[in-house]
Amino acid sequence: MRKPFDIKRYPGFFPITCLCLFLLYTPLIVVMVYSFNDSNSITNWGGMSLRWYEEVFYGVESQKFKKAAFNSLSIAICAAITATTLAVCAAMAMLRTGVFRGQTLSFALINLPLMVPEIVTAVATLVFFSAIGFKTGYASILIAHIVFCIPFAYLPIAARMQSVDATYEQAAQDLYATRFEAFRLVLLPLILPGVISGFLLAFIISLDDFIITNFVKGAGIETLPTAIFGSVKQGIKPSIMAISTLLLLLSVVFVTLSYFVGRKGQQTP
Amino acid sequence: MNTAVEIENVTKRYGDVVALSSVSLAIEDNEFFTLLGPSGCGKTTLLRSIAGFEQLSQGDIKLFGDSIVDLPPNKRPVNTVFQHYALFPHLTVADNVGFGLQRQRLPSHEIASRVADILEMVQLGSYADRLPSMLSGGQQQRVALARALAPRPRLLLLDEPLSALDLKLRQDVRVELQQIQHDTGITFIFVTHDQEEALTMSDRIAVMSEGVLQQVGTPRQIYEAPDNRFVADFIGDTNLIDVQVTQVLDQCATCVLPGGASIACNNMAGASVGAGHLSVRPERVTLGPVDGSALQGEVSRLTYLGTDIHVTVALSDGGKMDVRVQNSDSAAIPQPGSTIGLYLDIAAARLLVD
Repeated sequence: MRKPFDIKRYPGFFPITCLCLFLLYTPLIVVMVYSFNDSNSITNWGGMSLRWYEEVFYGVESQKFKKAAFNSLSIAICAAITATTLAVCAAMAMLRTGVFRGQTLSFALINLPLMVPEIVTAVATLVFFSAIGFKTGYASILIAHIVFCIPFAYLPIAARMQSVDATYEQAAQDLYATRFEAFRLVLLPLILPGVISGFLLAFIISLDDFIITNFVKGAGIETLPTAIFGSVKQGIKPSIMAISTLLLLLSVVFVTLSYFVGRKGQQTP
Repeated sequence: MNTAVEIENVTKRYGDVVALSSVSLAIEDNEFFTLLGPSGCGKTTLLRSIAGFEQLSQGDIKLFGDSIVDLPPNKRPVNTVFQHYALFPHLTVADNVGFGLQRQRLPSHEIASRVADILEMVQLGSYADRLPSMLSGGQQQRVALARALAPRPRLLLLDEPLSALDLKLRQDVRVELQQIQHDTGITFIFVTHDQEEALTMSDRIAVMSEGVLQQVGTPRQIYEAPDNRFVADFIGDTNLIDVQVTQVLDQCATCVLPGGASIACNNMAGASVGAGHLSVRPERVTLGPVDGSALQGEVSRLTYLGTDIHVTVALSDGGKMDVRVQNSDSAAIPQPGSTIGLYLDIAAARLLVD
């Protein structure tokens, strides 16, 4: 009998795979390796050292980067919490109110920001803020982040809520729970993996956003990505590689966490 | 007897689809009442309307004299055993059973003792700390029952609670349910599409079809004196013989059978002169010699059922009759192909009009 279709048996499968992986990951690996370089040069290897990490935490520019890191983290946490809350409300409205007029349109509107080019969103947001006379700064960055984080938080939450039978909430209401209690005591614990997953995703998206932030931040405030960009414009220093490596590590941890929380939830529906 | 539930002229429409059409019913206190019908007949919609999950298009539902249609589900002293139980998967058996009591803000020691008592009643005392996913289907069903009974509702609604169990277990649970209903004195409204379940468990049955109430009565009334063709056909097996009613006098109708023989029938649901149907249960027909019989036919098939043998007889006019013969007297069992006479038990034959 003929073997069923198997992409692994196509000619050139292995070299193409290797090329893709090489192109995707070599730059990251180079950055990670050279962040431990003892030399001042970013291309010549001068032995193993942690001096650039020291530079990041205690060097001349450390104050600037610490401030930027604080801004980034606090904005990411606030934006992720707000976006997750709004995404839960949106999912309730989309999935727990029966069929309503404009349901498909609502779904599209919630998820459209994923499709709109980020530069367009960035320009539009900046135009909007200046049109209403909103002062750019910390608040404008936070608001912009909340808005573009909503679809990222919404997708895992809605996927999870869709898999939870609405009968559970009806059973809770039948047993004298108010609608809010049915949500808090029954639905929320059941969709919690999706909520955590959505929160982590929103957090990481906010943390590493550059384009929109750069447009709406105004002068005198930096987040980590804009601070790194500003620094790189004056030439790439090895300390940037150290910061990038730390940021990469944080991203990997969060994405992995999000993946495992989401998967764990699926095993026990 | 008090009336527990009064359903008055209830209509439910989904757009153009009529799920319930002017249903009126009175269910007595302490009654085991069954809503029976094929799927899509509106029985579950009616149950969900009583629980508060459906907004009525028209009509009123009263619980012990008070209208409940404007109350949300959590304000109705009614609990439900859901079809697939809907046990909260993240809570233990004890927390599931105590959920309603906690929502009623009872003191925690009372919740603990009531949960323990009711788990003992359904023989699951040692499973209190397990999660629902660790229980078998039958155990989950008992937890669902315990959870619905724990708040001591005045009315318990059961939405096909036995449909997910296997046959042997279903028969045990039937007896258990009846016992629990008897012991607690709570009014049960039980929804099922299984007529055997309905006949064996209920005090009274309401048969529904396409959103319309067809007949309400005791299992015996429903089975032996169906009001119309649908009820006769849906409950148990029956032979519906096309007859011509030639005369109706003093609750006695003269019917002409397809073969031309004429019989007098006084068991009827509103007969009038014209075309009618005579419903005769297969166990109410006996086989005998051709001479002197009202109907004759050729034996076309024998089906062995263990306790009975099912004999299918092809009538000369193209119709067929099913006859049940007890599997005790091998001499009375005819051979396929033989011509045989059919004797109807006229007292048990019911004349129906369309």
